[in-house]
Amino acid sequence: MAVPEGNEFFVDPSRCIGCNGCVQACTECDTHKGYSMIQLDYIDQASSPQTVPVVCMHCESPTCAEVCPADAIKRSDDGVVQSARKPRCIACNNCVLACPFGVPKMNTAMHLMMKCDMCYDRTSVGKKPMCASVCPSQALFFGTRDEIERLRPQSRALNSFKFGAQIIKTKVNMMVPARSTVEHLDVVAALYEPTVGNQLEDSLSLDEIDIAEMESESGKP
Amino acid sequence: MKVASPEIVAPDNRAAEQQPHWRQEFPIDLPQDDYRSRRDFTKLMVITSFAFFVGQAWIVLLSRLRRARGEAPLKDIAAVDELSVGGAKLFHYPGPGDASLLVRISERQFVAYGQKCTHLSCPVIPKPQAQRLHCPCHEGSFDLLTGQPLAGPPRRPLPRILLSVRGNRIYANGVQQGVV
Repeated sequence: MAVPEGNEFFVDPSRCIGCNGCVQACTECDTHKGYSMIQLDYIDQASSPQTVPVVCMHCESPTCAEVCPADAIKRSDDGVVQSARKPRCIACNNCVLACPFGVPKMNTAMHLMMKCDMCYDRTSVGKKPMCASVCPSQALFFGTRDEIERLRPQSRALNSFKFGAQIIKTKVNMMVPARSTVEHLDVVAALYEPTVGNQLEDSLSLDEIDIAEMESESGKP
Repeated sequence: MKVASPEIVAPDNRAAEQQPHWRQEFPIDLPQDDYRSRRDFTKLMVITSFAFFVGQAWIVLLSRLRRARGEAPLKDIAAVDELSVGGAKLFHYPGPGDASLLVRISERQFVAYGQKCTHLSCPVIPKPQAQRLHCPCHEGSFDLLTGQPLAGPPRRPLPRILLSVRGNRIYANGVQQGVV
């Protein structure tokens, strides 16, 4: 069994309303053993209610698997990076520290790393992952590319991330505005954006910055 | 198996052929990994023991068939007065390769046994004076009257050839496999 080929995961944080439905639904998935593997991050809780759901991006060259000393993290043939294999995982936390998206979670009691596996028991038989099936605003969307293009004409899917000099391609797509010209989502540069990395009363504030200029230079930190 | 997902690119961005050998030994992709699950192991054990069972059943079937094929053929071995008391004669029964011994142990008593020692198949030598069949290879001894092992390594008796006398001739008409 494998995830049917046309089906893809699309994450659009701008649609997220922070309802925590995905977090609850995630615990219902059988492959997560009752634990929630999705994380709802606040971008800047002091100044904004905006939240971002963080699911595993299922990198094409998964860093978590690269750093695993016990050969426990495997990618199945449909590109889904699975939770650590119980007989092999030594609970060393390497993957937790290495993942650029902060996805793997260490279950200390079980001595096992568990991570979002796109609800493999569901997606491998053609169903949607738990989070995407409950998301009321469809910030988490699971379906074909045709569907998302029809439903979200204002956005386009991007699956390339930039961390400094490293470019990571992922199986899961992030929705960006259709008119933006970026080729990679520059995660490190985003840390320097005023609404994310700085308080509003910091010297760096929105009205001092030309947004258009920032978009064009988003590659530079 | 078709691999739909793209190739893993190592962190150093070099091609797959230039990577160290351990990358092949510890692949990240599941289809390339020869992981044995408990279920695989159980399956292997079940199939192996089933194969053993089938083997045993095959052996039982063969021996049933052999038995169903009927009694061993009657074969003329010797004339009654051909042997003196204490004399022995080599004959082949039931097949041409099965060497057997006919021994006259008294005026009116004949015995016949397969010649293969039940230890390591050396030919046994009749010793009528000692009432023994002797195997020189490992100093094994069988009782001449019953074929039971008496000394040395053999633990099973010699197969006994059943004899019958018709007129002046001695016939072999069956083999009785010895029981321990």
